[in-house]
Amino acid sequence: MRWQPDAALNTLRLRARLLARVRDFFAERDVLEVETPLMCQATGTDPHLDALALELAPGDWRYLQTSPEFAMKRLLAAGSGPIYQLCKAFRRDESGQRHNPEFTMLEWYRPGFDDGQLIDEVAALMATCLPSSLPDAGEIARISYRDLFRQSLQIDPFSASDTELLACARRHTDVEGMSLSRDDTLNLLMALVIEPQLQEPVFVVEFPASQAALAQIIQDQHGSPVARRFELFVAGMELANGYLELTDSTEQARRFAADNHQRKAAGLPVRPVDARLLAALEHGLPLCAGVALGFDRLVMLAAGATHIREVLSFVADNA
Amino acid sequence: MATFSTNEFKPGLKVLLDGDPCSILDNEFVKPGKGQAFNRVKLRNLLNGRVWERTFKSGESLEAADVMETDMSYLYSDGEFWHFMKTDGSFEQFPADKAAVADALNWLKEEDVYVVTLYNGNPISVTPPNFVEIEVVETDPGLKGDTAQGGSKPATLASGAVVKVPLFVNIGDVLRVDTRTGEYQNRVR
Repeated sequence: MRWQPDAALNTLRLRARLLARVRDFFAERDVLEVETPLMCQATGTDPHLDALALELAPGDWRYLQTSPEFAMKRLLAAGSGPIYQLCKAFRRDESGQRHNPEFTMLEWYRPGFDDGQLIDEVAALMATCLPSSLPDAGEIARISYRDLFRQSLQIDPFSASDTELLACARRHTDVEGMSLSRDDTLNLLMALVIEPQLQEPVFVVEFPASQAALAQIIQDQHGSPVARRFELFVAGMELANGYLELTDSTEQARRFAADNHQRKAAGLPVRPVDARLLAALEHGLPLCAGVALGFDRLVMLAAGATHIREVLSFVADNA
Repeated sequence: MATFSTNEFKPGLKVLLDGDPCSILDNEFVKPGKGQAFNRVKLRNLLNGRVWERTFKSGESLEAADVMETDMSYLYSDGEFWHFMKTDGSFEQFPADKAAVADALNWLKEEDVYVVTLYNGNPISVTPPNFVEIEVVETDPGLKGDTAQGGSKPATLASGAVVKVPLFVNIGDVLRVDTRTGEYQNRVR
């Protein structure tokens, strides 16, 4: 019977040091550590996130959180000020080289910051936790989603037609007969073709509005609606995802409904919307930026690991 | 027919892809920050041995292939088919054609046990054990006393395979051979 841990004990020591360093980082900046429930009565509506559920009492189902976002926004609406959390998040059917169904997330919110200021703070955290991964100049590059696609694939993700995007996907991957929506195609190109090329740390900004999730939407210089969303990539791996947070409860309710519409069309269960979050937004969420960072992946980068199991005490199969 | 979803794809699982039975070698889960996840899957086509790489949307499924790996002993060849018999006491016999026997042909010895892969009840491949012991039927005469020095010569085995052997090996010797590399290991008797 295999009982030994997956991670080497030295890696677990490194992991503990990184946890302490993250806590020091936020303590120095007066960001409050919080804990929110892992078992929740509501969950996100994102059609591509599948929450696990457990029966707390007969008929009383709770979702294991896929991220602490909603509860943390309720704290922000209650006037918490800047907050961060290190917690477990759970996602069904996510298992692989960089995924484990339960994983550790570092999520934080900065009232009064915009996305650009939060990007600076993520870069500062990287300098603290992963000094060796930064470029010699110390500055992490930023590139728009549009320019990234132009440089890597010579295609404009905003102006190209669906047919042109699909043809591009077929040239670069093996998805001959797959039925793909426009966003599926963009995600395919991003995940399979572009992401592996992003070896040097880089912040990707100005995502298509259709991929805004919970970010505010603005017009870019070309007049395209873009999301105030950013992602950090390091060593060909997505490490963090942040937003200038949506604060408008009506728009939030509209996006929940649109997600559920998409869920229905795809034959997925419709999720009850989080009425408590909507009530909190109605009360008023301060203008803020927030970001979620995969802590296990941060440890992977620090340890030079290629599989997430190398940084987990016990991976799902060994739990 | 049973189907398997991408999250159930594990090495060794047998599925149908483009109508051919395949064995999954590797399954990599790839997910962008938000949005559709994908699985990049490596499969070996069990009919021709070729390795395929395919991308699937996570959650897509493939039909299970009715593939069974069964221990069988080799009986004889009638020139067109090579006949095997289950070792489970059922005495059930299966004729394997040349395409199924393929490279295992070099290592067939009557009564030895092989892994025969059945697809829909028909043999599609034959895997020899890692090591076989087969008699030499043809080679140059052995050099007496030369048991340690280097140098090698070809020897033809009863199965038809030609392997490089040390100079001291004689006709009638039984040799242990690694079927994965075709290399001589030692003289058994």
